[in-house]
Amino acid sequence: MNFDYSDDQKFLKNEARKFLEARCTSAAVRKVLNDDDVSFDAELWKGVGEQGWLGAAIPEEFGGLGLGHVELCAIAEEMGRVVAPIPFASTVYFLAEAVLLAGDDAQKADLLPKIAAGELIGCFATSEGPGVVNASNLVCKVEGGKLTGVKIPVTDGDIADVAVVLANEGGKAGLFLVDLKGAGVSRETLKSLDPTRGVGRLTFSGAAATRLGGAGEGFALMEQVFDRAAVLLAFEQTGGADKCLEMAKDYAMGRYAFGRVIAGYQAIKHKLADMYVKNQVARSNAYYGAWALNTNAPELPVAASAARIAASEAYWFGSKENIQTHGGMGFTWEVDCHLYYRRSRQLGLVAGAPKVWKERLVSQLERRNAA
Amino acid sequence: MDFNDSPEEAAYRETARAWLEKNAAEHKGNASANGRRPNSPEHMAMAKSWQAKKAEAGYACITWPKEWGGGGGTPLQSVIFGQEEAKVGVNYGYFTIGLGMCVPTVMAFADAETKTRFVGPAMRGEEIWCQLFSEPAGGSDVAATRTKAIRDGDEWVINGQKVWTTGAQYCDYGILLVRTDPDVPKHKGLTMFWIDMHDPAVEVRPIHQASGGSEFNEVYFTDLRVKDSQRLGEVGDGWKVALVTLMNERLAVGGSSGPDYKLIMDLARQVTGPAGAAIKDGAFREKLADWYVAAEGLKLTRFRTMTALSRGQTPGPESSIGKIIAANQMQDMSNQGVEMEDQYGILVDPSEAPMQAAFQQSLLWAPGLRIAGGTDEILKNIIAERVLGLPGDVRVDKDVAFKDMPTGR
Repeated sequence: MNFDYSDDQKFLKNEARKFLEARCTSAAVRKVLNDDDVSFDAELWKGVGEQGWLGAAIPEEFGGLGLGHVELCAIAEEMGRVVAPIPFASTVYFLAEAVLLAGDDAQKADLLPKIAAGELIGCFATSEGPGVVNASNLVCKVEGGKLTGVKIPVTDGDIADVAVVLANEGGKAGLFLVDLKGAGVSRETLKSLDPTRGVGRLTFSGAAATRLGGAGEGFALMEQVFDRAAVLLAFEQTGGADKCLEMAKDYAMGRYAFGRVIAGYQAIKHKLADMYVKNQVARSNAYYGAWALNTNAPELPVAASAARIAASEAYWFGSKENIQTHGGMGFTWEVDCHLYYRRSRQLGLVAGAPKVWKERLVSQLERRNAA
Repeated sequence: MDFNDSPEEAAYRETARAWLEKNAAEHKGNASANGRRPNSPEHMAMAKSWQAKKAEAGYACITWPKEWGGGGGTPLQSVIFGQEEAKVGVNYGYFTIGLGMCVPTVMAFADAETKTRFVGPAMRGEEIWCQLFSEPAGGSDVAATRTKAIRDGDEWVINGQKVWTTGAQYCDYGILLVRTDPDVPKHKGLTMFWIDMHDPAVEVRPIHQASGGSEFNEVYFTDLRVKDSQRLGEVGDGWKVALVTLMNERLAVGGSSGPDYKLIMDLARQVTGPAGAAIKDGAFREKLADWYVAAEGLKLTRFRTMTALSRGQTPGPESSIGKIIAANQMQDMSNQGVEMEDQYGILVDPSEAPMQAAFQQSLLWAPGLRIAGGTDEILKNIIAERVLGLPGDVRVDKDVAFKDMPTGR
């Protein structure tokens, strides 16, 4: 039985922690939080690129480190711990994974080396309005290689170079690569629940679009990209949830009320124990997702769903109860609790809400246990 | 990251599997319906003969030293054997408490003669042991034990009552925690003994549980005389001895049975809900997803524990999360299952209620599971204090003589 990080992976994770704790401090995150004109930490982004982490799971033939997805999961966990304000997920979990999954040789040769080198920011554009996007409400369309329509919200859409866009072509949905620096693209930055993660509206009026993957495979591919991203996001969420528990513990151990530390009260102890239980359930499910992703196992859709549901729940619970443990201080802008509260929802929604994933999971369980 | 055995683990599993295949089928034979019912004499006889067979092959107590007849193996080997044993369906619970908790305590504290007398028969299933700790006035607070022992020459005279004793109705020996000095604070006045459960001064009465069944017992002691040589550890060191016993409890009680997500999914396919087929009900589907995720989380956490064992680490009290999740999930799922049956959910007769009344029966059993082997609240304290390192509760009983402590009803 070998259901944990290996020693090498732990070493990489530890290196990532040291780097991120030094470079992605609360002050650095707050620069992005407090400045409406800044959507990400460009300096940190450059540093992460120099570490080679953007290409951790990209094969060496395309300029990556060719390590594997478990290594990427280890890095993701550390990104989550520090609420890193960079387009790591959009570029690596969504764009790179979409290209690895569905790209042809030319597309891989073009995009993957640029991603690995930190020369390119990506984004994944599926949503067009409130609610779940599906075949009956998808409006964006491609005709003659030109994309028209509006995508909102697109995480990192305001700063990305390349978008993967879900759109109809000849009545069938597909995924399309769009150069956002080209003609026919306008975009604006929108206000986000989590200002440390930029979000935008992309308006396409005849932008050049190249199909990624087969015609009519748009929704199927979107789900497969979501599965892969969900596992990686689950590690960010688990890292964030663990950090929330540590913050709550540290505060409770130093805060006195009624003559003793509040960490000694059972109301607080049981709250933190509940956080611990949820975090363990999340971590175990995330590991299973990592195994399925890394081995491209047929269990991936079920494993990814479970990882996402458990991690979303753990992070939400941990982030809100961390504020509660901090009391009034936890509700101030100056204390970091709300960074995690905001990020827990951002990560919980960006690849589809837990509610949607629960339905996906049950549908799959129904098929697996057919009557 | 994978689920594969190391070459050594795989070899051990293969050997165990071959042994089980060779021996289990013959052992199970043609068990009658009665023989399959736990606590029936036939069932017990089958369990004992299987235990003897395992002991002969060194599989009865895999982690015990070979000099005591154990397998001299690792905790992971014990887990691997247990997995394979479960697959062939010859698991019996009668010896778990004795071999997991009581006899190790005897081995740690008794003299050579006592160990020689008891270890072998217990391992071979010839004698079964129970643990006599909980009392009416001390469940979570085990150290509040009131059963008292008074010294009389080379003997002790014991009077009092224990409760919730698993297996007392069929056990041969037990380890008993008693108060030998009420004039000192509670943890300091305790002493541990081993006793003969067949002594006429020991009376076992089954508890009529809220679930309707009687798996547990009360045990009464009326002028029970034990020799001082039956003492385990020093006089006044009973709490230290009890901690050695209790260290193993969370692992011993970890597993649980009851309806799983597949069973309630099958039920939902069969019944009609307020707005069409129950399986299509969105609220149910969300819950189903949550149950699946929690059950998977539990199973996968066990794999992480096995990984730690495989890497030579000692898993700590983290395993406390298992029972909290399993017990609460059982209660929640059984409640939802019963509710799904609408008015019909009232029926508990296995011949009428769907799934042989599995949901009704686990609904009635679940409150007990949330208490047995450490309540939800005690387990959360354990996680908070021993895993997270939070401070213990404020203690008002630490420096008070036991006899001066306030007592309730």
